[in-house]
Amino acid sequence: MEKGRELLIFERSSPGRTGVRPPTADVPEVDLDKVLPKGAVRGDIEGFPEVSELDCVRHFTRLSNENFGVDTGFYPLGSCTMKYNPKVCEDASRLSGFSRLHPYEPEGLCQGALELMHELEGYLAEISGMDAVTLQPAAGAQGELGGMLMIAAYFRDKGEARRKVLIPDTAHGTNPASCRLAGFDVVEVRSSRDGILTPEAIERLMDDGCAALMLTNPNTLGLFEDNIEKIASIVHSKGGFVYCDGANLNALMGVARLGDMGVDLVQFNLHKTFSTPHGGGGPGSGPLGVKKALEPYLPVPRIRKNGDEYSLEFDRERSIGRLKAFYGNFSVMVRAYAYIRLMGAEGLKRVGEMAVLNANYLKERLKGHFHLPHDRTCMHECVFTDRLQRRYGVTTLDIAKRLMDYGFHPPTIYFPLVVDGALMIEPTETESLQTLDEFIEAMKRIAKEAEEDPHLLKNAPHTTGTARVDETRAAREPVLRWTGSPPTNPDHCT
Amino acid sequence: MEKRGFTCIPHTDEEIARMCGVVGIASVDELLNVLPGELRLTRPLRLPEALSEQEVGSLLRDMSRRNTSTDDCSCFLGAGAYNHYIPSAVDHIISRSEFYTAYTPYQPEISQGTLQSIFEYQTFICQLTGMEVSNASLYDGASAVAEAVLMAGRITGKNHVLLSSTLHPEYRETALTYLEGGGVSSRVLPYCPEKGTTMIQAVEECKDDIACLVVQHPNFFGSLEEIEALSRAVHDKGGLLVVAVAEPLSLGILKPPGELGCDIVVGEGQSFGSPLSFGGPYLGFMATRERYLRQMPGRIVGQTVDRNGKRAFCLTLATREQHIRRARATSNICTNQGLSALACTVYLVLLGRKGLMELSRLNIAKAAYLRKRLLDVKEISAAFTSPCFNEFVIEVDGDPEGFLEELLEHGIVGGLSLGRFYPELDRHILVTATEMNTKEEIDRYGEVAEGLFARSIEETRR
Amino acid sequence: MEFPKDLKYTKEHEWVREEGSVVVVGITDYAQDSLGDVVYVELPQEGGSVTKDEPFGVVESVKAVSDLYSPVTGNVVEVNDAIIDSPEVINDDPYGDAWMIKVELSNAEELNDLLSAEEYQKYIEEEK
Repeated sequence: MEKGRELLIFERSSPGRTGVRPPTADVPEVDLDKVLPKGAVRGDIEGFPEVSELDCVRHFTRLSNENFGVDTGFYPLGSCTMKYNPKVCEDASRLSGFSRLHPYEPEGLCQGALELMHELEGYLAEISGMDAVTLQPAAGAQGELGGMLMIAAYFRDKGEARRKVLIPDTAHGTNPASCRLAGFDVVEVRSSRDGILTPEAIERLMDDGCAALMLTNPNTLGLFEDNIEKIASIVHSKGGFVYCDGANLNALMGVARLGDMGVDLVQFNLHKTFSTPHGGGGPGSGPLGVKKALEPYLPVPRIRKNGDEYSLEFDRERSIGRLKAFYGNFSVMVRAYAYIRLMGAEGLKRVGEMAVLNANYLKERLKGHFHLPHDRTCMHECVFTDRLQRRYGVTTLDIAKRLMDYGFHPPTIYFPLVVDGALMIEPTETESLQTLDEFIEAMKRIAKEAEEDPHLLKNAPHTTGTARVDETRAAREPVLRWTGSPPTNPDHCT
Repeated sequence: MEKRGFTCIPHTDEEIARMCGVVGIASVDELLNVLPGELRLTRPLRLPEALSEQEVGSLLRDMSRRNTSTDDCSCFLGAGAYNHYIPSAVDHIISRSEFYTAYTPYQPEISQGTLQSIFEYQTFICQLTGMEVSNASLYDGASAVAEAVLMAGRITGKNHVLLSSTLHPEYRETALTYLEGGGVSSRVLPYCPEKGTTMIQAVEECKDDIACLVVQHPNFFGSLEEIEALSRAVHDKGGLLVVAVAEPLSLGILKPPGELGCDIVVGEGQSFGSPLSFGGPYLGFMATRERYLRQMPGRIVGQTVDRNGKRAFCLTLATREQHIRRARATSNICTNQGLSALACTVYLVLLGRKGLMELSRLNIAKAAYLRKRLLDVKEISAAFTSPCFNEFVIEVDGDPEGFLEELLEHGIVGGLSLGRFYPELDRHILVTATEMNTKEEIDRYGEVAEGLFARSIEETRR
Repeated sequence: MEFPKDLKYTKEHEWVREEGSVVVVGITDYAQDSLGDVVYVELPQEGGSVTKDEPFGVVESVKAVSDLYSPVTGNVVEVNDAIIDSPEVINDDPYGDAWMIKVELSNAEELNDLLSAEEYQKYIEEEK
């Protein structure tokens, strides 16, 4: 019998089963009709499943088998820094003194947590060369929003109407979206032919209506923005701030500090650089570091240290307010803290160096087999395209799908937008030479297959439990929840 | 002595040399010459030295012991973060690294585990809220409220919003932060001092230019709001009703907001399988009517088929999002809270239909007992008359901070003093009971409280 | 790729067919091809107005969004609701069944600014 598709849990339900039994009431039961207003009580929850614990465990274990994670294999998803997540950091986050701590417990009962957060702020400030750090943002994008709101508040205080933010065309989509959300108009800056920003382009666009330049360094092409110092001084001379999206910080750790290059704000993606797990798409954490001038605007609360005592400070007149409830994604901070202590200063520097070496090694060995639009030393990632394969009708998407058959997660595809058919490869420092060589071998074979048997690629993947998925159908006829009707078996599959 | 390696970096010296050879450089340092010399950091980072795994383990254990967990005290705190039991299977499943070391399921063929579980999560959220569509989750309850307010603005084309004063104060603050950039104005509606619920007349007295009203249910005081009446009032003004649910376990008993005329339901899913963790990560959820689907922020998973006609799932309707629409996206949010949503899904699967209802009843019974026990104390009275779910506000005859500090001496974290959020409630404490609070614990809270007041009377006499 | 001779074109890849005082507007074969499978389309209400060079709607594929720019100014007298339910028609028959709106012209002179089939084809080749 062919292995079928795992049913939805709702389709496994058998009335009367349960997977966990709440404790027997040790207090008198209440008559709902007496304690609740008329009509407030709900009827049965239609479709809610009833399964045993084993049904549940087996269901999710099978689903996990349909997933690919860093622990499964090489995951060179560009700009996502899919590095290995040390297990001791997981254990630390689950210690009951951390995981069973209520956010509104009196400060005296949370000294360990506040101390950890205070120290982590200090570490991040040292790594980036910033003056102050908030750990509150829930993710990189929320850090960006917080930073841009702080810039807006700063100029409001000064009585300056600065409505524009300059953003390079290589930027992540979150950058313009965050700026827009903070009330700014986005002005796109074109990168040079070399894939980086030029002082001339910034000089042309920067004026006293511009609040900031928001860039990513190294940028999404994996290239270091060589002109950063010059660019920052142009922005500063016109009274603006330089925001750096810290998505690609991994390449710079211990090697150079953004704060020393004229950057005024940077958010850290703890789930990238500091090795906290990506969780299948979150939770992440996006602390934000700023220079002195912006410190008064940081979100509340701030953590204060007086002698050996830690406390929370809520009353800060110029703060932008809150970005979320409580203090941030604390258990993610615990993991990042543990990671920094595990690596130490020397280890973090080695992270940056080996991340860069791995990317350059891949780049050198794949060059010639795939088109490399920017042939220069890269940082933590390199970007190829499908130009050589397109003459056989093979696209980036096909290459990505075929990689799955070789046991690899595909790179980031079709991003950055400035490169047509981009394949953005970020190996990270945790991958060994053997793994890189196996990946290179697979890529070379795919390049050969594209020439000899393009159909093999067009129909890939062949070995995964699920064949190529019809994303068009999903968008044309959205089915976004289970409603009880059996799955239709469409006839138009190709 | 031989150089010590790092467990997370596999490169040997010999391999580094070989790789440098391929790249055409003599050393890694040469590679980094791509950075202008003056930008290179010439000193080591001022960070502690590397520790072994064993040392990191004990260091963190020591730090964790400088906290008092809910295991080590009787905790009667809620207020948006609830101490519920998490069945063992939840952590076992979310600890499967196929789940937690994956990223956003961009490649559906090798991400069906994440995708199907999110599809199941979306179904659960719709079932619980009585709505038609759910997204794949947002950061937390507070930012979900902020996103809902912005979404209501896009749908109605209006830029004035009403926030109830009974909405969690930190949710309110978050929404105001998000609104700052959008040129949206807001008004905070008063609550009825007797009932502790939103004043409906305040909605009726507003001008007709509102995008939405946001109300929490049960509200921050634990009181049940009159959702249907609020819904009529806000719809009369042409605005939408956004209901925020901070304690979703209440949905096991209470009529879903979707049946009460609500347009967008958001909330905090922490109660369902996420540990307290000092405030995060938690789980923001959002559900709405199908007609507002294209204005909903965040990732969405849809059902489709693969090439062989087999059921499959993938991220869909992505054109709403930042990576495609950039500055014109519905939100800047990129990820969802994948693992927290998975925990929520597993939790709900385990509880099932009966378990969820049973647990909801148990919570309401525990809170009713706590309420009765505390009100038996002469110096404690109920602040509001409205019915509640698992938390409520008490008024104490004296300084609540002092009262709570005294309780702490007896290992009881007696609740949240409200004066910090509501200056007029300067003798008030929000107390919560869940299935984690035993009868014995509750009785002790009552006894200790009685003793404290008796002692303080004695002290006054002296 | 087709470029019917009887149509006029814009650089934003819309086409225009004259039918008396009304013009029919759609997107070109080249536009649908570069978008890929169209999954969603948003069109103005009948009775509304459109302005030359201003967006009047949106077409979306799975991973791209494209604004529709009006080639002319005038009132929308008819909208092709059928393509809202079946956006795939835009891929199958861009110049026929997938017409989008009919507009009553406010200023017939605007038609003179549009490209001929040859001009449009040449423009596309240069763009590549």
